[in-house]
Amino acid sequence: MAVGIIGYGAYVPRYRIKVEEIAAQWGDDPEVIKRGLLLYEKTVPAQDEDTITIAYQAAKYALVRAGIDPKEIGALYIGSESHPYAVKPSGTVVAEALGMVPDIHIADYEFACKAGSEGMFVCYSHVKSGNMKYAMAIGADTSQGAPADALEYSAAAGGSAFIFGSDEDKIIAEVLYTYSFTTDTPDFWRRDQQMYPQHGGRFTGEPAYFKHVVSAGRNIMEMAGLTAKDIQWAVFHMPNGKFPLRAGRQLGFKKEQIEPGWVVPWQGNTYSGSSPNGLTATLDSAAKPGDLILMVSFGSGAGSDAFIFKVRDRINEVRDMVPKLWDLIRGKKFYLTYGQYAKFRGKIHLNPNV
Amino acid sequence: MIVPRHYKEIPQRYRLQGNRCKACGRVFLPPRKICPCGSEDLEDYNLSWKGKILTFTIIRVPPAQFKYQKPYAVAVVELEGGGTIQCQVTDTPLEEIEIGKEVEIVFRKILSEGEAGIHCYGYKCRVV
Repeated sequence: MAVGIIGYGAYVPRYRIKVEEIAAQWGDDPEVIKRGLLLYEKTVPAQDEDTITIAYQAAKYALVRAGIDPKEIGALYIGSESHPYAVKPSGTVVAEALGMVPDIHIADYEFACKAGSEGMFVCYSHVKSGNMKYAMAIGADTSQGAPADALEYSAAAGGSAFIFGSDEDKIIAEVLYTYSFTTDTPDFWRRDQQMYPQHGGRFTGEPAYFKHVVSAGRNIMEMAGLTAKDIQWAVFHMPNGKFPLRAGRQLGFKKEQIEPGWVVPWQGNTYSGSSPNGLTATLDSAAKPGDLILMVSFGSGAGSDAFIFKVRDRINEVRDMVPKLWDLIRGKKFYLTYGQYAKFRGKIHLNPNV
Repeated sequence: MIVPRHYKEIPQRYRLQGNRCKACGRVFLPPRKICPCGSEDLEDYNLSWKGKILTFTIIRVPPAQFKYQKPYAVAVVELEGGGTIQCQVTDTPLEEIEIGKEVEIVFRKILSEGEAGIHCYGYKCRVV
């Protein structure tokens, strides 16, 4: 039985901040940042946006493309490291708002930047096992980056939703292979009640991101008996612009195979929604029926989930049904000053009595 | 404590779940038990998430819970397929807000109950 994505959607906020604006605040050279990280601007959530509202909008678009009754969805998993509550699920709000309750299994996932692909992994397995007809996974974040930290240039907001199913006439991208590569690697973390994460600086590169992403990519391609020449498009987790291109090179991919999903220079790192947004951007733009897509996520701590998808004819029917991610990234947007950005992100200590 | 009130209003605030008079076709949100036409025969009706601005006002001296959002607009939106709602205008510079402009309804956080209370979600609109 073939199982695949039968509906997908992505969302990013309208607000942006440019690298120049952040660099001016902290005395950095913006050209060095842009050249070093291949980042130009990032999305910023409005004051009334959070992981729940972003997940909702992505899921709403996914439901339009799937064309199914929301009540037929058996599970909803939202992966994020910025769930609005420490205790109370994000998924219940989204499911209630989209009319998916009460016959549904819901859980919030967390595994740094790969919490979204974790949900995809489990949803695929639910449908594959015959446990349920449809299952929805969402990766969404309003990422935290400490002021003046290098992360502040990349930590962004956005996410994607995917509905998995096995209806032959509904599959947009069939899952051919899955694989996961995981070790205990403390490259990035946030302790309980801490506002901002900590990271191991350069340690986040070779022993963490590259080891896991490249191993997962290499192993799933070996499992499938495929090389980079057999796969049309590749999506890797995008903590900055440079890392996914380098990981792709190590696996034999050319920049042109990565570019359709390489959204990070203009949206930033949407954490749990990073590689998911790369996948939606690829489906939205370059993917043609018959194409293969490799997707490899990365979550600090650390692990990578890998998928090989085969695109089906239905992509051409559903692509234009809702706003496409590249259109949201390039469309209506408002640039913030650093002061406005600091207010939006709750970085200013306020006096509740004023 | 706003939990019970928020909980009771979830269908309306999350899904624009109102009702429609079977006799005259008028649409209501929040739902009514009796239509001004006199009919008590109303059916559940989910309002559209698209509409246009019927009128609006700019709030410059807001209630305490909205003080960090000022200035912001509140609009009356006429929805496609019937019904009007009143909601905040988000994601839109004030100078872009005009009567007759097309808006989409979006799902947003309306307010949070202090530092430790619940987040209340619901509908707002933004100019397309």
